[in-house]
Formats: sequence, C-alpha cells, structure tokens
Amino acid sequence: MKRSRLPALTTLLLLVFFYLPIAVLIVNSFNASRFGGAWEGFTLDWYARLFRERSVWLAVRNTALIAVGATLASVILGTLAAFALHRFDTRLQRAHYLLMYAPLVVPDLLMGISLLLFFVAAGFRLGLFTVFLAHTTFCISYVAMVVLARLQDFDESLLEAARDLGADAWTATRRVLLPLLAPGIAAGGLLAFTLSIDDFVITFFVSGPGSTTLPVRIYSMIKHSRHLPMINALSAILMIVTFGAAWASRRIGERNAA
Amino acid sequence: MSGFLVFEDVAKHYGPIKAVDGCSLEVARGEFYSLLGPSGCGKTTLLRMVAGFEQPDRGRILLDGKDLSDLPPNRRKVNTIFQNYALFPHLTVYENIAFGLRVARRPAAEVRAEVDRMLALIQMEDQAHKRPDQISGGQKQRVAIARALINKPQVLLLDEPLAALDLKLRQRMLIELDLIHDEVGITFLYVTHDQGEAMSLSDHIAVMNAGKIEQIGTPTEIYEAPRTSFVAAFIGDTNFFEGTVRETLDGDYVRLAVEGLPDLVCFNDKRIPPGGRVYLSVRPEKLRITREPPTPDPRRNAIETTVEDVVYLGSHTRYWARIGEYRLAVQQQHSRYLLDEKPIVWKERAWVSWHADDGFMLEQYRESDEALMSLPPAEDAGEAAAKPEKRVW
Repeated sequence: MKRSRLPALTTLLLLVFFYLPIAVLIVNSFNASRFGGAWEGFTLDWYARLFRERSVWLAVRNTALIAVGATLASVILGTLAAFALHRFDTRLQRAHYLLMYAPLVVPDLLMGISLLLFFVAAGFRLGLFTVFLAHTTFCISYVAMVVLARLQDFDESLLEAARDLGADAWTATRRVLLPLLAPGIAAGGLLAFTLSIDDFVITFFVSGPGSTTLPVRIYSMIKHSRHLPMINALSAILMIVTFGAAWASRRIGERNAA
Repeated sequence: MSGFLVFEDVAKHYGPIKAVDGCSLEVARGEFYSLLGPSGCGKTTLLRMVAGFEQPDRGRILLDGKDLSDLPPNRRKVNTIFQNYALFPHLTVYENIAFGLRVARRPAAEVRAEVDRMLALIQMEDQAHKRPDQISGGQKQRVAIARALINKPQVLLLDEPLAALDLKLRQRMLIELDLIHDEVGITFLYVTHDQGEAMSLSDHIAVMNAGKIEQIGTPTEIYEAPRTSFVAAFIGDTNFFEGTVRETLDGDYVRLAVEGLPDLVCFNDKRIPPGGRVYLSVRPEKLRITREPPTPDPRRNAIETTVEDVVYLGSHTRYWARIGEYRLAVQQQHSRYLLDEKPIVWKERAWVSWHADDGFMLEQYRESDEALMSLPPAEDAGEAAAKPEKRVW
C-alpha cells in the first residue's frame, strides 16, 4: 500500500503556521541587528540588557503575584461554585450556570471597561489589588466550568459508599471526592494561571501606577524601537517557561492516569 | 416474634410515584433474606432506607430494637454492596478494604491484621496493591464484600450484587456468597430481580410489586403456594386458567367452570365459596402430556389438546399445547427413549393432565396482573433507571 503524504503535509503546514513565527522571534533575539531583518551576527547582548532593566523585573514580580493570587482565589471559589451548580438542579441554578458561563464569551474589552467603571465608582484605587480582583473574576468561570465537567462524570455512589463505610460528610469529601476531583481542579488552576499571566486587555484597563504586568509592559516597550530586540529576548524566555509548564502539567496528568 | 431488622409500615414517595407503599416485614438475626421483584417495585428503595441514603416518609425501621430513622448512614451498623461495587478508583484493593477501619481511626497494626484476614477470606492476598481497574469483575465483587464485612456490620445489604457479572461468574459468586454467609453469620438483606438467585440463597423471600409486598415466605412456600397471581407468574413459569367456582366437592375440593374447557377439579385450600372468580395456576412441570388418555381418576384433570410446539432441551422437553384460547406450557422429562417411547411431535393430538392437588387457586385480581397472564415475566433491565437521584454530600 502506498503511504499517504497527507499526514506529513499537515505536520509541515502546522509547523509553518504555528512555529515559524516563533522561531523567527527566537532567532532574532540573538541577532545583533537592532531592527531584525538581516542577520548581523550572534549576540547575547539583548538578554544582558533585559536582565538589567528594572521595569521588566517589576512587571515580572507583579505578574507572578497576581497570577498566583488569582489562581488560588479562583480555584477555591470556582470549585465551590461548581459544587453548588452540580448539587442543586433548579431553574434558578440554570440561570446561575448561564451567569457563570457568560464571562467566557463576553469580549475582554467589555469586561475591562465595565470593571474599570465599577472600580472607579466603588472608589477603589487602581493597583495590584484591582488587577488581582479582575483576574480572579474571569478565572472563576474557567475553573468552575472545568471542575463542573469533572463532577458530571463523578459516580455519586462512591460518596454513598464512603458514608456507608462510616465516613461523615466532610471525611467522604476529603478522602473520596477531592482526590478524585484533584486532576480537574489542577487543570482548572493551570488554565487560570496561564490566562492570568498573559491577559492584556482587562489588565490594561484596571491596572494603575506600579501595577504594570508583563504583557502591559511589553506593549509599552514596543512603542520604543530601541526596546524591540529586548522584547524578542523576553518573549523567548516566556516561551520556554510556558513550554516547561505545559510539559510539567502533562507529566502530572500522565502520572495520575497511570 | 420480634425480628432483628424490622420494617413497620414503611412508605416512600417521589412526587406522585409511590416507590414504597406501606411495607412491613421482619428479618431474623443471621438469616439470608431476599427482596425479590421486578424493576421499579421499590426493593432497592427499601434497601437504601436501611442504609440511610433515603428517609422513609412514613413508618419506622428498627435494627436490634433501635429506631434507625435519625441516624446518618455513617452511624448505622449496616454496610452495603453496591450494584456497581462503588470501589474507590484512586485507592488500591488494600486501601479500599482498609477504608472503614481507617475512617474509624483504628490503630495501624489492627488495620493491617484485619485487612490481611479479609484478603485471605476472599483469596486475594497477591492482588492487594492493585487498583480496581486492574482486577476482574468477580474480584471487584469480592473486594466490595471484604470492604463491607471488615466493619462487622449487623446487617449486610446487597443491591443486585451479581447483576453486572456474566452467567458463569454469577453462578460461582452465588456459591461464594452462600459460603461467606455461612462463615460470618451476619444477617444478609439481598435485593434482586432474579428469582433463581433468591430461591437458591434465601432463608426467606419477600416478593414485591409496585411498592407493596405480595408475599413473604420460604422459597418453597413462594414457589409451591403463591398467594397471588403476580407471585405465581413472577416466580417460575405457570399456566393460568380463568374460571368460576361451580360447586364444592366433599370438603377440600371444588369444581371449576372454565370457558371452553371441561370442568376442572382443584384443591381448595383458600376456602373459596361457589361463585368466586379465580385464577387456577398450574406449573408446567406439574403437567403430564401423553398420547393416550390417562386412566380416569376423579382427582385428575385431563384435556385433549393439539401440540403446537416442541422444544427439546436435553434434560427435558417443553411442549406448547393448545386448547381453545389457552396455550399450555408443559415440561416433561423423557423416559426410556431408547426402548419404546415414540416422542410426541408437532401437530399431534395429545392429552394434558394434572392432579387436582398440583394446581392452586388465586382469587386476587389486579390490573397489573393482566399483562402477566399471557407473557412470561419480562427480563429486568436493572433497577438503576428507577433509582432517584440523591446526593449525600
């Protein structure tokens, strides 16, 4: 039988569309040329300058703080929301489900503007805290949806079995429900973490002085051409971190499946 | 008498549906008691009320004299074998069995000793480290039993525990269940739709239909002397004749008028007076089929029929014989096949006969019995569909 060329072709197209731009970016981060384009020799200079740039470090710190905080808060609240949505089935609950689902489809721009207006009206000073609140808001929905999907596959008789064997409601939750839900909760948390790290639009609206995150910082650096190669370097590092996280989460998933 | 596990007029409704409609029964200490009935008859609901997953709307359940009503499932000295086993997928066989003792915070050394003892009982010492998805259906079943028994329950509740197994395995587990019951001496409350399981294991059976108990008795009583037409049709096969009592014959027997048939003689243990409308039930194995008319006997009924179907089954043959609107099932063993017996065949005229003592009259009549008159009891697809959604956390 003649082997089809289609799979090879698909792979090639995939690589070109998805990874060629990224490859160009990484190569350019080592290019001595200030504006990219022509290759003018290998240099680590952009990386060195990046590490000396205080504003970048500040943005990294802010991003990490907000991502970790928003992930923790949204994992707790989102999981509880999923429990509540799963446990009761009334007409009101279906409305709750829609409300919970809506932020996934509402344009970021709208979310950003409405949050900004709300914070201003409520008299909040824009800063790290408002960014944290905004990120938690949209992350809750993602976590809740992921955990809810997991809960719908959950076999209720396992909880009955735990109760039957002498566990009170809390012990049954802790020893049976949570361990079985853990992969779902972890997946939701990871999703929240990545969404928080690379959110630009909403952060752009609700951040204030001193609370600039990495995406917002990168955006403002683009406006100064002298920073361009540094952005390439920064993006290359971000890429490696992201790939590392994705690989780690897969490993966790495989270990749980085994 | 006062039973060990007592149901007093227990009822449970789901909206307009009466899942359990006033059931009273008593289970003696140490016995194997079965709740038998078709899907949706309320037997699983009754079991779940003992476990504490459902609350009765009315009535009480007493265990060893104490009312269970206000106790949550974890405070009841009963354990359940679930239909799908409900083994914890994230725990090993060992940890599954140890679950009850660990939750009860028993010392580690005791837990280890007890789990090892249980593993030996179910002969799975070498599988202790495996997870539920790595063992077979029969093994899961045994782990579920060990996990329940390790808590030394006063009553073990079994919810169709063999339904998910294939036939061969089911027969083996049936024997194992019986052995385990003999060995541990715990009271078993067993829910099933399979009359074979109930008959072979039980000391007593309660036959349920539409939320009510139809009859309570030993397997022999239920099979040989069903009190209602539902029981007669659900347990084993039977032939029904619809008729009216014409007259009483010397005390214990009656003459029965059945449309399209000569009058039938029947033992009248229920003292039904003349004029009473009854069903006469005669089991296929009580009927004899012969080519020649049987010797006349005032206590024997004989009807000339036409053989419509003959199904040879090795150990016996099943005949379908028609007379008028009745199609009678007859089950008969062969004798002396190699010598002189010429088997009765399709379309032949043949005599179907039975002794008056082998039929029983049933006077109760209900709409729901109608469907059972013509059909053998439908195979059960499992109680799961009728089980209401209820969450415990």
